[in-house]
Amino acid sequence: MESCRVWYGRELLALAKEDPTIVALDADLSRSTMSTFIEQELPQQFFEIGIAEQNMVGIAAGLALNGMKPFVHSFAVFLTGRAYDQIRQVIAYPALNVKLVGSSAGLSDFGDGATHQSLEDISLMRTLPNMIVISPADHVQTKAITNYLTGYRGPAYLRLSRAETEQIFPEDYRFALGKVDLLLQGDDLAIISTGTLTGTALRAARRMEAQGIKATVINVSTIKPLDRKDLLKAIGGIRRVLTIEEHSIYGGLGSTVAEILIQEKCGYHLKSMGVRDLFGQSGENHQELLKHYQLTEDDLIAAAAALTSD
Amino acid sequence: MQVEKKLQEKAKELRREIIRMIGANHVGHFGGSLSVVEIMTVLYFHQMKYDPLNPNQKGRDRLVLSKGHSAPAQYAAMALAGYFPREELLSLKQLGSRLQGHPNLACLPGIEANTGSLGQGLSMVIGMALAERLQKERGRFYVILGDGELQEGQVWEAAMAAANFGLHTITAIVDHNKLQATGPICQRMNVGELRPKWEAFGWQVIEVNGHSIPELIQAFQAAERNVKGPTVIIAHTVKGKGVSFMEGVAKYHNGLVNENEFQQALAELE
Repeated sequence: MESCRVWYGRELLALAKEDPTIVALDADLSRSTMSTFIEQELPQQFFEIGIAEQNMVGIAAGLALNGMKPFVHSFAVFLTGRAYDQIRQVIAYPALNVKLVGSSAGLSDFGDGATHQSLEDISLMRTLPNMIVISPADHVQTKAITNYLTGYRGPAYLRLSRAETEQIFPEDYRFALGKVDLLLQGDDLAIISTGTLTGTALRAARRMEAQGIKATVINVSTIKPLDRKDLLKAIGGIRRVLTIEEHSIYGGLGSTVAEILIQEKCGYHLKSMGVRDLFGQSGENHQELLKHYQLTEDDLIAAAAALTSD
Repeated sequence: MQVEKKLQEKAKELRREIIRMIGANHVGHFGGSLSVVEIMTVLYFHQMKYDPLNPNQKGRDRLVLSKGHSAPAQYAAMALAGYFPREELLSLKQLGSRLQGHPNLACLPGIEANTGSLGQGLSMVIGMALAERLQKERGRFYVILGDGELQEGQVWEAAMAAANFGLHTITAIVDHNKLQATGPICQRMNVGELRPKWEAFGWQVIEVNGHSIPELIQAFQAAERNVKGPTVIIAHTVKGKGVSFMEGVAKYHNGLVNENEFQQALAELE
């Protein structure tokens, strides 16, 4: 198991060593977001803004306006929620080259409860024109995406979990914006997942195979702009589609997929799994919360069985 | 004296353009545009170093109009400075116009930041100044804030940060016209004493009559001499300055004039 946030922090540091225009900003959470690597090794390229997310986003806009490549860090919930208007007005609207890195996304900050958990961030960021939204599934993809983002010119939201994930992608994986990752092919249904739950989807699919249900597993790391044709190609002739994400069922991956599939003439049978219009809460560990909100392998297998039986 | 007189003429010209640009029977931000006219005039025609033909020149001085609703004043100054033809001023707020209701850098070269949602300009200027410090450039940064805008908490987050980073290249100007959209600031939400607030946040504070060109010139020079930290110029102004029936009247914050009032305003500014 590897930590995406640690791999992110290390990769950003490596890239910042090569490119002095890369700067990191944080709001007193650098040891959680892992911008601490830059802070320690390249203090000139790090700005502690204090506990002031709105000001931090504005400062990042100013840095970008003067040719720097700012990476802005906080917990996903504070960055996208507390500073939403700032992100909208001074990052997305003028399409500035600012990377927003929302850490501890989903339920991964299990102990701190609803105030620190982020189940609405994809929805908030996805609706903003000019903003791209990316949610990696493992540390290999995280590293590749971090690398990609330093070369991408424009506003971007990177969603990172605090949870550790198993390796899904090979070491030589290359990220392509908008493209989906077809991880497993089966004829009975397509499971479309993002972030931490892609590992869950793969494990569930392997167990289902033993029960005679063959699932396609598609990872979507680019929630926006999602390449419609690439998604349809990966789904192929399958008509039963199940989405799963550590996010509200409103406005996230499930909504994105539904918006695409509803435009197609053939009828799809869709089910979206996510947190159903609820806030999070404290738990002993991440797994306990995923179980409570019905986002485990077992829940996925049950949903797949229900979807394929009718 | 010669300089002062020339700038006073410019200020008058700016006021006429503001009235013409908003026009009769159109709602527009007269009050706060007219109150910043001398500040704009001194910045664009005396203090700032920039090249309208090369608006992205490195190391230029920059102005961010944090109180973005005063855009007509900035547009008038920019047209007179040669950023775009003066006739274009009449396209203000028309569909497809480069002169949006609030400044948009994506369509108008010379606009340094997108403003309109209040309280955000100073933060952006801090980012610009931090970048220039890393790049070893020598531009200066000006940001105009409204006094009502000081009710936004982000302003004070930014005030703290500018002092924390020792950004002496930043000069903030508060257009202290004492009125916000719905009435006198002291009655709607009292921002209280400004000098001790800014001083407590670590800023050098200079108070001037915001319609006095010599006082503004001196204040900007004093700000430039301060190499310890940021400076704020609290400019005491009159909302609607220069048009008798608008002066000190809150409804012209975003108001409308009829044809007669429009002609009267222009006549008063002859």
